[in-house]
This record gives sequence, C-alpha cells and structure tokens, in this order.
Amino acid sequence: MVERVRYREMDWFLLGVVLLLCLLGLVEIYSTTQNHPRFASMVWRQLAWIGIGLAAMLVMARIDYHSLLEQAPWIYVATLGTLVAVFFVGTEIFGARRWIVIGGLTFQVSELAKWSIIIVLAKYLSDVRGEALSGKDLAKVAVLAGLPAVLIAAQPDLGTALTLVPVAATTVFLAGLRWKHALALLVAALLLLPAGWFVLRPYQRDRLVSFVQPGRNPQGTGYQTLQSKIAVGSGGFWGKGLGEGSQNQLGFIPVRHAEFIFAAYAEEQGFAGILLALGLYLMLLLRLLHNVESAPDRSGALLVAGVFGLLGFHLLVNVGMVIGYMPVTGIPLPLMSYGGSATISMFLMLGLVMSVRLRRYVNL
Amino acid sequence: MHLLAEPKLPALRLGLLRYAAVAAVVLLATGFWQLQVVRSDHYAQLAERNRIRTLPIMAPRGVIFDRHGRVLVDHYPSFSVLLVREHVQEIQDSLPVIARGLSLDPTWLEQHLEKFADAAPYQPIVLKEEASLADIAFVEAHRTDLPELELMLVYRRRYPPVGLGAHLFGYVGEATKDEIERLGVPSGTIVGKMGLERHYDQILGGQDGERRVIVDSRGKEVSKLDQKKPVPGQPVRLTIDYDLQVAAEHALEGRQGALVALDPRTGDILAFVSRPAFDPNLFALRISPEDWQALTEDPAKPLLNRVIQAQLAPGSVFKVIVAAAALEEGLFRDGSFRVYCPGWANHYGRVFRCWRPEGHGTVELHRAVVESCDVFFYQVGRWLGIERIARYAKLFGLGTRTGLELPGEKAGLVPTPEWKLRAMKEGWIESETISVAIGQGPVLVTPLQLAWAVGGIASGGLFAQPRLLLDPPEPTAHRRVPLKAETVDAITQALWGVVNEEGTGKLARLPEIDVAGKTGTAQLVGYDTLERVGRETARRFRDNAWFIALAPHRNPEIVVAVLLEHGEHGAAAAPLAREVIRAYYEKKPPAPKTEVAQASAAGAPRGD
Repeated sequence: MVERVRYREMDWFLLGVVLLLCLLGLVEIYSTTQNHPRFASMVWRQLAWIGIGLAAMLVMARIDYHSLLEQAPWIYVATLGTLVAVFFVGTEIFGARRWIVIGGLTFQVSELAKWSIIIVLAKYLSDVRGEALSGKDLAKVAVLAGLPAVLIAAQPDLGTALTLVPVAATTVFLAGLRWKHALALLVAALLLLPAGWFVLRPYQRDRLVSFVQPGRNPQGTGYQTLQSKIAVGSGGFWGKGLGEGSQNQLGFIPVRHAEFIFAAYAEEQGFAGILLALGLYLMLLLRLLHNVESAPDRSGALLVAGVFGLLGFHLLVNVGMVIGYMPVTGIPLPLMSYGGSATISMFLMLGLVMSVRLRRYVNL
Repeated sequence: MHLLAEPKLPALRLGLLRYAAVAAVVLLATGFWQLQVVRSDHYAQLAERNRIRTLPIMAPRGVIFDRHGRVLVDHYPSFSVLLVREHVQEIQDSLPVIARGLSLDPTWLEQHLEKFADAAPYQPIVLKEEASLADIAFVEAHRTDLPELELMLVYRRRYPPVGLGAHLFGYVGEATKDEIERLGVPSGTIVGKMGLERHYDQILGGQDGERRVIVDSRGKEVSKLDQKKPVPGQPVRLTIDYDLQVAAEHALEGRQGALVALDPRTGDILAFVSRPAFDPNLFALRISPEDWQALTEDPAKPLLNRVIQAQLAPGSVFKVIVAAAALEEGLFRDGSFRVYCPGWANHYGRVFRCWRPEGHGTVELHRAVVESCDVFFYQVGRWLGIERIARYAKLFGLGTRTGLELPGEKAGLVPTPEWKLRAMKEGWIESETISVAIGQGPVLVTPLQLAWAVGGIASGGLFAQPRLLLDPPEPTAHRRVPLKAETVDAITQALWGVVNEEGTGKLARLPEIDVAGKTGTAQLVGYDTLERVGRETARRFRDNAWFIALAPHRNPEIVVAVLLEHGEHGAAAAPLAREVIRAYYEKKPPAPKTEVAQASAAGAPRGD
C-alpha cells in the first residue's frame, strides 16, 4: 500500500507550534548551559535531536498507520523484550537501569514503550465493536498497558511508568468507557493509593513527603521544589532577562536544562513568557483534539488521542512540579527539556499524528 | 476497511477533553500568576538571600594604654574557621573530611553542630578558633569541594599574663541573648563582659563591618558585591600607672585581698589589684566549662572584684572618720579632752575591751589615733551618737557608690537607727554605737571607699571623683566638703604619727619619704568568741587587716588602701602599701627641691 503522500497536506499549524516550542526550549537550554564548559555543546546536541526527530517524523508520516497497527502484536512483544533486556544489558546511571547504549549513544528504552503502547492500545480498542467497552475489554487493556508499566517501574522509573496510565485512560475514555466503570476505576484508584505507599522506594517516599510538607526538609528533596518556586516567583511579570536569572545562573535550580527547564524559563522570561509558552501548549493540545476529530477512522483517532493523553500528562506533571503542585519526578517537559530520547520519541509520536492527518481524505 | 461499520468516537467526550485541556492550562497559569505576580516580591527576596552571602568583618577593639602610653591590653589577629550551612544540602557527608582536615574530634563536631540545629541557617557556626596554618591551608585548598567552609579574620584580646589587672580590665566574650537585646548588636558580636571592657564597651568595641559576596548554589564565592568597612574601637588611656600596678600586684602576690592606689588631687586610680585573680586570656577563647566551674566554685572567689565589691567592716580605719567628726563638732576645741584606758570600758552596761589588754593609760586624740586606742574612741563615739557619726561617714563618701567606671560596684553600709528599723525591724541599741565608733558592728566599706574617704579628709575636704580614664568623655565632678583647718591638721598629724612615731603603722615607714597612714583590724567574730575558740583558729575566722597609706601626709599625692583578708592585724597590711608608695617615689622626676618647696607652700611638715 505505497501511496503518494502529499506533504502539503501535513498539519503545518501543528508543526509550527511544535517548532516554536522547540525554539523556546533551545534558547533556554542555551541560557542554562552557556557558562558551563562541560554543558556548552548541549544546545547543539539538542538542535541535532530536533533535526533527527523531524526526519523521523517525516518517515513516520509516510508510513500508513494501518500497516503499523497490523504489526501491533510484534511491536508489543519487541517492546516487552527490550524492557526485559534492559535489566541485563542496560547501563546503570544514578542507580537506575533505564538506558541502552547503541553506538555510543544512550537511549532510554521506556521512551520507545510509550510510542508502542499508543499503537497497541489504538489497535486493540479499534477492533472492539460496539458502543461501549465491556469489563473484559477493560481488563485486557489493563494487562496490555500494565505489563510494560510494571517493567518500567522496576527500573526503577515510576514517573515514566505512570505516563502509560493517561494514554490508556484517554483512549479508553474515547473508545466508550462506561460511566459506571469510570466511577469504579476512580474509587479503586483512590483505595489503592495508600497501598501504593508500600510499593514506593525510600527516595520516592521522600519526594512525596516533602511534597506534602515542603518545610520539613528544606535542605533535602523539598529544596528542589523550593528553589524552583523561588526561581519562578522571583522572575516577576517580565522576567529577569535571558541569562540574567540568578537562580538559574548560580545553579540553584536543579537539573535546570532538563526537568526543571520551565523554572529557568519562568525566571528569565517572567509571567509574560509563561503565558506565551502555556498558550502554545494549549494550542498544541487543542490541535491534537482537532486531529482526533478529523481522523479518517476510529484507529487513527485513537492513535492521536493517545498522543494527546501522553502530552497532556507530561505537561501537567512537569509544569505542576515546577510550581510545587506536583511531587518531584523525572518527567521532562515535552519539546523544551533537553534530552535525546524524549525529543525523538515525541517527534515519533507527532509522526503518528501526521500519518493520520495525511490520510484524512483518503478514500479507500 | 469497515469505515461505516465503525462506531464514531463520541463528540461529547471529545468536547470534555477540550475543556479538560483548557482547564489544566488555566490551572497551571493560575499557579504562575500566584508565584510571579501575587507573591513575586517575597520570592525575589528569597532569591536575593540565596545568592548573597553576608560575612561579618570583625572590628578590632580599642587598645588599653596606661597613663604613660604603655600598652596594657591589645589584640592579635587570628583566623576562625566558619561553617556556612545556608546552601549545603547534605553536610553529613563532608563531616568526616572536615573533622580530619581541621583535626577536630568527629563526635565533638557532630555534637557541636547539633546545638545549632534550630539556629537560622544563615548564621555561620564557628568550627575552630585560632586556626593553625595547616587549617587555613586546608580551607583554602578545598574552596571548590567544601565551599561551606569560610575563614574569618578575628581579633583576639590579649591581656597581661598572670591575671595582672584582671578585675580592672574584665574580659570579653560572645554576646548572650540578653546582651543582644540590650545592646542591639547582631548575634556573634564580641562584647565586654566585665570590668572596663564592659563599662566602656561602646568606646572600645567599635562597629563590626560586613562583606557581601555572590555565591552559587554550592556556596562557592562567584564574585564580590560590596563591603561595609568595620569601624575599629577607640583606644583608651587609663589613669593606671603600669609600674605601680606591677608593684601592687607583687605586694599582693599569693594573698587574698585588694589594693587600690589613687591620686586624691585628681581622682586618678593609679593601681588596682584584687586577689586572687583569674586569667582573662582564658575567656579570650571560649572558656571551657571546667575552667568556668573552677572559677565560680573556688571558695576564694577569684571573680570577685574586691576593690569595689568586698564589703567589710573598716575596723580602726573608721576612727579617722570618727575623729574628724568629733573635731568638726568641737569636742577637742579646748584641748582638754582626755580618756583613761585601763584596757576596757563599760558602756550601757556592757564591757568593751581595748585591743591592748593592759590599756593605754591616759590618752588624748593624737596618741589615741597613733596607738589606735579603742577605749578613747568608745568615749568619742558615745559623745557623738550614731546619727552624727553616720552623717559624717556619709559626708566622706561611705555608704554610697563612688561612681568609678566599673560595673558591679557595691555601696557599703553606714548604719543608722532608721536603717536598722527598716532592714531588721528592730530598734537601735545604744551599745551598738560604741562598736560602730571603732569601725565594728554593721558598718561596711569597700577598699576604694576607704581610700577615698581618708584621702579626701587629708586633702582638706576635696573629694575628687575617682576615675579610670585619663581623658574622660565628660569632665569629672569634684566634691568639696568644708572642713576646718584644725581638723585637717590634727588628723594628718596623727596619721603621720601612726607611721613615724611608735604607732601601729610603723612598718609602712620609708626613709626620706613623708608617709602617713592608719591601720585597721576588723574582727570577724567578737573578742569573747575568739577567746572561746582559741587564738589558733581556722583561717576564715582570722581578722581582716586594713592599711590606708598617704604620701605626703598633708595634701597627699597618693593614697593606698590595702585589704588583707584574714591578715590578723592591720600592721600586716602596712608593708604592702609601703611598696607601692616606694614605687611611686622611685619614678617621680628627680626634682626634690621643687617638691619640698611645694610641700612647704602647702604647709606640710616633712616626715624626717
């Protein structure tokens, strides 16, 4: 099914918003790393990741998503295999096995898992006939998403494991989740929350405790949240100016080029800059929903919905963390945070969206 | 494909997701609004405090000189190692390295830091004082990996060795909570705690400065911001003469008591000794609890400043006051007042003994003072009555603080019937007046008061305010008590006799020098009790010995008061005063002729 793809039909608006956000990220990465010889090359590397991501997106857009959906079982098996393999051949960094080194490049395999789980869930849910999902369907979805999630959580990387939940939730919600099931799931989640405490590792508990009581340990985990809030708050309405943020330049913001890049951005660009960035993210989210609506079929719509759920969750958790609404996790800000795996993975997902988009007028 | 067969995605749910996306972004934007607009000032302040580290710059305290410009107390620079916790997240990890590098006991270090667990994090903790060159090298070498360590230049007070002038100078230390409030100084400031250091803290202390630097998140100094220069403390010049001070210290070596020398013409304190003493240098560093306990629990009370805080019965020295009072009141006007002393007397139905059991025979005023006849003064005291004795004693400065510039001066006590009624809810007993007449009973004086009172009478009623600063900030007030010339003549002649005739103070005699004086022996227990417990009784029951020396005897230039606790008899204190007077004359410029001329002009007979 090799067709002539008309790139003219791509979602240029979406791409424009995405590239603008990438640009904001690049500028802030430059600002956070300019005075550190060790990190000086980061802005160029991030630019390279974006370039590779764009290329990957165009390739992905060419491929008809239906053929990907047909390969879903194999993609799923391969993903599980990689997640298991990482325990044996993965490289340990900061006490967690999340990375596989291929040709000198470290790649975070869980990023790939996000992409594949979107495909797998879209495939499974689009095959369900009927207006509503049965309890059996829900159980199958839970197992499908749960297996990789458990494997990722065991790395340990609870944050990334949790990103699979909103993907499943959004797609299931659109595919016809019954309201009573939704209610039951919500109640079950609330009841399981205390039990979850015992599953957490000490550092994860620490983060949660300092999230609930930030004053308890101002020099420890709560320190990161506090410093982030100081950076954001001291930025004021207009910001301190690029390269002028003391919290950023003197290193008070933790991992300021990656997870906490939005704190550095808020300090230097102020509330005005935040309105611009959040506005762009909102346009991105609404544009994705627009693409859900205009998708040619149910499976395409569910693919885009998965991407929407994932992106929305990342945004909420990362930005919430920066202003102290959420506990500290390693979830990066999509498109702005420095990081090869996350950037390429995000563009791969946008490639899925483009692939659906390019086929909206295709009459089969 | 089965497009038509597929159920469409529900539009309602898509709409809900749209609203959810808008709501989420609005919620996040509200959070930013809260931080960046509503509470922006608060966080801007926190950011400033983050990046700016304030380090105190200690002002050196003023040097203390003697009256001739010789250094008595100065300071030397040394380094303290500080721990700045503000930016340090995990101090525990570096503690072993710090302990090893600064050769500190790791357990002590942990306990030390625990004490500051609740203190404000921007307050630096002193880890080590008097840092050695190796310590300084350690801190400098670890600027990057241990940025929490800071060096601070401090000035340590250096006092003379062996406690010379300890009670006079006092000591300094870190301000307590009370002092921080009272003086309005920042915590960690060094303030005077005792003696001159405390009284003239405002002058000596200066104003600490501070240095502000920009630091990064690890506490490493990135650049300098500004600095407020410290204002060094002002130097002060004391009235103390180092040579006399040394002579006085030597005289009291190994004894318990006090010695004060003053120039009654100006009020200048020339020597000031209280023994036993302590070493103020112990306080210059943090004093150890053991040292502190030893000082406070020593029964000899080394922290007591006996010159102004020992309140004791003046004994026979008080006869000078009683004699002056009787002279002023006209008892000896016709020169016929005589008393026969058989060694005892009966007053108000009680037997009062004279210190000389065999008695003095018939005595008049001059001999009564020279030989310190108790029976004579019982009679004089009875004639004067307690009210008149008290009035003159107060006139001569007893019973009130002299106002010397030292904290904690005691007022002593001049008893009156009114006082007894108020303090003891009892009426005055007539026989008590008899005891008071020879300086026993409830009358209490400090060595400084006694020197001032006797010196003032011998100076013809001029009571120059005692002072310690040669150039006082405000001119000192002198008090003049109108005394008849006959009174001053009779008293000074008698005091000259005490030393130069066969008197009780002949041990103070110095060839070629006109010395006068008066002994005093204050009983700690009554004569009767003493006989009961036996003469060789415990040291603490032994009498206090007083000697007041003046030179020359008329319009004296120097008055020395010596107190020897448990010194048995005033005669034992006399040689100590003599040594100080000898030192005074040894260093006087060799112009004896002018001096004699001056002395004659003042109408003073020479002692040779």
